Amino acid sequence: MKNNLRYIALLLAGVAIVGCEPEFDNPIEDADTYTSGEADFSKFVTVGNSLTAGFADGALYRSAQQNSFPAIIAGQMELAGGGEFNQPLMDDNLGGLLLNGVQILPNRFVLASDGAGTPVGPAVLNGTPTTETTEKVTISLNNFGVPGARVYHLPAPNYGDPAGVPAGTANPYFARFSSSNSATVIADAAAANGTFFTLWIGNNDILGYATSGGVGVDNNETMNVNPATQGSNSITNNNVFAGVYQQLVAAMTANGAKGALVNIPDVTSIPFFTTVPFAPLDPTDATFAAQIPALNAFYQDLNQAFVAFGFPERQVSFSMTAASPLVVRDETLVDITPQLTAALTPSFGPAAGAIAEQFGQIRPANSSDLITFTSAPIIGQLNQDNLTRLVNAGIPQQQAALLSANGLTFAMQDQNVLTQDEQDRVTAAQQAYNNVIQQLAADNGLAYVDARAALADVAAGGVGYNGGVLTSTYANGGAFSLDGVHPTGRGYAFTANVIIDAINAQYGSTLPRVDIGNYPSVQPSDDVQ
Amino acid sequence: MNKLKVFVVLCLISTFAYAGGYRVSTQSNKQLAMGHTGVAVVNSADILFFNPAGLVHLENKLSVSAGGFGVFSDVKYQNEDFGTFAETDSPAGTPVYLYATYKITEDFAAGIGVYTPYGSNVTWPTDWAGSHLVNEIELSAIFIQPTLSYQLFDSVSIGGGPILAIGGVEFNRNASRTLTDEQGNRSNIAIEDSGVTAWGWSAGLMFTPSDKFTLGFNYRSLIDIESEEGTATFSNFPNSSLTPDNGTTGFTATLPLPAEATLGISYKLSDKLLLAFDYNRAFWSEYNSLDIEFDNGIVSENPRNYKDSSTYRFGAQYQALDNLVVRAGYYFDESPVRSGYFAPETPRNDSNGYTFGLSYQISPKFAIDASVLYLRFKEITESYDFYFDTGSPVAAPFEGTYKSSALIAGLGLTYNM
Repeated sequence: MKNNLRYIALLLAGVAIVGCEPEFDNPIEDADTYTSGEADFSKFVTVGNSLTAGFADGALYRSAQQNSFPAIIAGQMELAGGGEFNQPLMDDNLGGLLLNGVQILPNRFVLASDGAGTPVGPAVLNGTPTTETTEKVTISLNNFGVPGARVYHLPAPNYGDPAGVPAGTANPYFARFSSSNSATVIADAAAANGTFFTLWIGNNDILGYATSGGVGVDNNETMNVNPATQGSNSITNNNVFAGVYQQLVAAMTANGAKGALVNIPDVTSIPFFTTVPFAPLDPTDATFAAQIPALNAFYQDLNQAFVAFGFPERQVSFSMTAASPLVVRDETLVDITPQLTAALTPSFGPAAGAIAEQFGQIRPANSSDLITFTSAPIIGQLNQDNLTRLVNAGIPQQQAALLSANGLTFAMQDQNVLTQDEQDRVTAAQQAYNNVIQQLAADNGLAYVDARAALADVAAGGVGYNGGVLTSTYANGGAFSLDGVHPTGRGYAFTANVIIDAINAQYGSTLPRVDIGNYPSVQPSDDVQ
Repeated sequence: MNKLKVFVVLCLISTFAYAGGYRVSTQSNKQLAMGHTGVAVVNSADILFFNPAGLVHLENKLSVSAGGFGVFSDVKYQNEDFGTFAETDSPAGTPVYLYATYKITEDFAAGIGVYTPYGSNVTWPTDWAGSHLVNEIELSAIFIQPTLSYQLFDSVSIGGGPILAIGGVEFNRNASRTLTDEQGNRSNIAIEDSGVTAWGWSAGLMFTPSDKFTLGFNYRSLIDIESEEGTATFSNFPNSSLTPDNGTTGFTATLPLPAEATLGISYKLSDKLLLAFDYNRAFWSEYNSLDIEFDNGIVSENPRNYKDSSTYRFGAQYQALDNLVVRAGYYFDESPVRSGYFAPETPRNDSNGYTFGLSYQISPKFAIDASVLYLRFKEITESYDFYFDTGSPVAAPFEGTYKSSALIAGLGLTYNM
């Protein structure tokens, strides 16, 4: 009896151990399902700007970093021999940054609602950030993405010196993890000694100019080839880009590492430039419709003057039945302030000059103008500076107010509009950069990632995925975060897939894509400042 | 009475997993060892579950049978397109049974049975790739069935009784594939209810034209577990009017425990050898959709569209020694889940069950019963095609390859007086 029970127990234990572990025919946990081809993914190092860092919603915050394209790719590389992947994670999910206890960068944007189930737009998430610039990240890192970096910043000494942050000579994000105050981003990244890398740099070299509506200089026109004096809001000189970029590739490949170089997307792919239409003035808006007769009456005299001086295309009139274009200032136009002063003097006397000044270079916006996203809140609003200027010139308050409505009478200024000429400068530099990137990829046997084409697809109708369509529509298109420039987690996942495809094509590896529907889009919250 | 209480408590906390849908065929150690045949097999008080008409055929005045099982099941998931994988870490289930029958006269018997025919426990890693469909589910139902059996004619007996079902459910899933609170924690919905009662019935017919041949038929009715008193907990939702509020709310949901019909035969090949065959039909088509209506106005509709399914069972028992009976069996269990409705909450496809067991007579009155079932599932690549992200007109199928296994081992005790 006792023996029988023992045998029963043994039988049960035996079958329990053997029978309970299901096994796939091809388990993907095994090392040989996905292969690295000619590449070696054992140590993955990434270098670049905000896009490499995982920046989103106007800030760098923890959960966005965890969905950065380098982190996503590293996760897939783990299936093919990849190792751990460390990032200089922020301390919280707010995203703001402190310097010596004082907040120097704002928290991230979230999608706020009206409290009754309707979204109203981006707002800054409430809370006190805890990430301190001067507290160094001490773990050994794989991700060397530095938000705000231009190509020439990566080899710049002291770019990570906290002492230089207040003056703007150093970058607070790099100051958090630079190996020393004099360290350079590229030397730190090269010292990580990766077997595989990505380099994505150059976006800010045109984006700063573009998002500022082209107020900066184009260093290709000024032929300034000194990396130290390129300036903010400017376009980096093509030769500077080429020289520095070559240096970066050389540093990352010095140990024989393989990698991928990512090109620069079109600024017209991003919602920052495509969200505000050139003709947003909608007569079904009662407040605006009520102003139309007075506005048109005012422009009647000016329009006669425009025609008389040979510029009929500058005439402005607001339609009662269709959306009207904004009035914009275009600094490439012939300035006709003197002629207008003369024409307005009979009606306005000595104040005519002050009025003429704001109409000397205006025209209606057209479909080739890109209105910046940050301009949206000021459209139709009273421009206080201009009101003061006109009142000081002797114009009655009421008349001055009529002449100080942003985009209606007071033209949208240079920083609000990226005109065709400005876009052409951006595109010319972008193409030059991309030619350099493509050439260096070919010369060094590196994967070339055409992010430009991929994001153009997103902007042109969208890209389908499991459960939806990714478009560049602001907030609900899924691809772009609430700053209108940087991707969402879902957008980064799409980017990671594009890079994975290019790596697989170049090196014969078989890294799987990720399911981009599993990555987040914009964050709703009413806990806002 | 105290023992009965202990049993009831055991049943309520017990958890199980395996078999088509959430049916768990472990209602007897003796019969499980024979492929869970039994509608035409009169072995012990266990017949109360398999066919109430058989009670009257028991030879002893009083028969009691009790037992339990350990259910060890494991499911692996992987998706080769995306390199994702997960494995369940479900706790062992412990279904139990207790039957007692009393022969009042030669042609009239009564009994009571307590058993746990439905249950499921699947625990996936929290926030895994399919967490928008299920993180964790635990279903349990305990049936209490008073039964009468009467010998109608020499060769025909009938039997039946009402069933009181007591059900409970815990279910936890993430709100969507991506929604989190401001801190990045996945938004989650959990529902819980227990002690839900419902009534049903079981009835059987047994035809014994000769000493060797028995034919049996049993029908167990549909029982709808209607949950109305439970609580739903919404957690980790962001502070936004665009998403549900955090906190608890009520909900209503109905989970059908489908009707089942069984037709079977047994044949005594010799004094020592008995063969049995059962055909089960489970009417799963009742399970159209798992719709959960929350008191906060949110409705979660989860199409299931199950189909009726069959199980084919074969068993044999052999009197090896005076005090030892050995048993073996096989069954083929058809999954009620249609292609495209393969949800990871009940990730089961067709399975083959191999069973063994024995009974050892310790004394004239007591016998120990033991059984083992190994359930073999083929690897299957399937998807659940009816998940939509909020506001998206495009479905987001959850696809992958599943491989399951289950091992069930049980021990029981039979008492005859």
